[in-house]
Amino acid sequence: MANPRALYQEVILDHNKKPRNFGALEHSSHHAAGHNPLCGDHIEVSLNLRGESIDDIAFQGAACAICKASASMMTVAVKGKTQPEAEQLIHEFIDMSTGKLDLNGDHHIGRLVVFSGIADLPVRIKCAILPWHTLQAALNAVESISTETEQDSIQGTIGNA
Amino acid sequence: MTTIQTPRETAATPVFDIEQIRSDFPILNLQFNAKPLVYLDNAASSQMPQQVIDRLVSYQTTQHANINRAVHSLSEIATNEFEAARRKLQHFIHAREDREVIFTSGTTDSINLVMHGYGRKFIGRGDEIILTTLEHHANIVPWQMLAEEKGATIRVVAINDAGELLLDDYEQLFNKHTKFVSITHVSNALGTVNPIKQMIAFAHARGVPVLIDGAQSAPHMPVDVQDLDCDFYAFSGHKLCGPTGIGILYGKAALLESMQPFKGGGDMILSVTFEKTTYNTIPHKFEAGTPPIAAAIGLGAAVDYLSTIGMSAIHDYELSLLDYASAQIARLPGVRIIGTAEHKAAVLSFVVDGIHPHDIGTLLNEDAIAVRTGHHCAQPVMQRFKLPATTRASFAFYNSMAEVDALVAGIRNVQKVFL
Repeated sequence: MANPRALYQEVILDHNKKPRNFGALEHSSHHAAGHNPLCGDHIEVSLNLRGESIDDIAFQGAACAICKASASMMTVAVKGKTQPEAEQLIHEFIDMSTGKLDLNGDHHIGRLVVFSGIADLPVRIKCAILPWHTLQAALNAVESISTETEQDSIQGTIGNA
Repeated sequence: MTTIQTPRETAATPVFDIEQIRSDFPILNLQFNAKPLVYLDNAASSQMPQQVIDRLVSYQTTQHANINRAVHSLSEIATNEFEAARRKLQHFIHAREDREVIFTSGTTDSINLVMHGYGRKFIGRGDEIILTTLEHHANIVPWQMLAEEKGATIRVVAINDAGELLLDDYEQLFNKHTKFVSITHVSNALGTVNPIKQMIAFAHARGVPVLIDGAQSAPHMPVDVQDLDCDFYAFSGHKLCGPTGIGILYGKAALLESMQPFKGGGDMILSVTFEKTTYNTIPHKFEAGTPPIAAAIGLGAAVDYLSTIGMSAIHDYELSLLDYASAQIARLPGVRIIGTAEHKAAVLSFVVDGIHPHDIGTLLNEDAIAVRTGHHCAQPVMQRFKLPATTRASFAFYNSMAEVDALVAGIRNVQKVFL
């Protein structure tokens, strides 16, 4: 069993306390809301695509520390990336959260590795994944998603959302 | 028919020996992260004493067969034990007759039985059903399904900031269309004990039957369905030191007889031809198929166990736990108790400034403290308090004051992580 204290480390607590890119974009080309009805976590992601590139991104909502920090670090990680790069990272993050990513292999996880311990806390995986799931929905022009209706995605097999 | 007997608890007042009681529950010896389990999720499900575990084993090893069927000895033994369990449950809630006790799979099943058996027969277009803001989803959704099917309307009793029902509001909801009232005895999310006796009397004065959701009351206080005069009373075995998959619907005999069956199958019939089926008498009319025999007998043993301690003694001890825990937690800076009704059962919901309940639950678990976090299947309560979720510690008579201290220390530790 993972030590949850190890998960609640400084970088996650810091992003929870001072979330980056928090709020709504005045003008956004893509937007989606994600909801976990089991715990009430609610995240909204808005972004601007210029060509293929994520020019700007922001999130807002009310959620637990894991979800909020995950959302904050996600916005930092994907800002400036192309849509295919962001979607690759979404895949990798969800695979890592569900224990399917080989952290010794090729990947683009970087600082997000602080979330790797979530794989050992099954009831909290949804918290970490929700923002990524919501970003995927926004990129695919899906307005809202719920952790309780898209089980396949939660299992880490995000395809055509 | 069996007449009521004097409950054992009034015959003697045993000393409440918490260490002796704890030693009856083998699961309380568990450790997580090298720390003793502090189990404070009793409103979700309670633990099982060795006496009940032993009864399940003895039933399976020496008494099991199908009931109400064969002429062989084992079937007769199993049938007798099953019916003896029914009588234990009858006495536990002081029902007039044993045929008024129907074995179901639990509270949810019991409420659905009344919705189908009574509601679908007697509630129609334009009729109104009164519920309260405090209901568990299990006492909301079946009635919504009925309302949608029949064109009936749900009316909801509001609560105040302490989490108490507004009785004026309740009384004003009644009109000539009111056909049914379904209310919880104790709120699972807040612990509020509702004045159901008074509410039942008010409904009866207007000819309206009342179902009481007793899932959170039957395990924690003496219940006398004749004194309450409720028409239906539902509860679950697994919250009452019994097995999962078993529960009770109490109903007044005349009402149960007037109802249509919920499920069709074996045991619930007297005769079957393809032209016509004649239904069995109560309670069998509502017990189609082979019931969870072992679970029913296990629940009977649980009721025996609780009666030996005494439900009044359990109630008093749990209130002393609640008072101690409430005082300790109210003293913590940044912690707010949700649900401060004058009359409460031992349920303590709280929120902590700046920390989401899910994070609290995960970190308390690190200290081997088991609590529930979330909306507790009572989203209307959460909406009333404008909260997405709370952390809930719910106590049982086998919890100790030292475990309350562990919870308080655990919350302090969580706050330190988020400093």
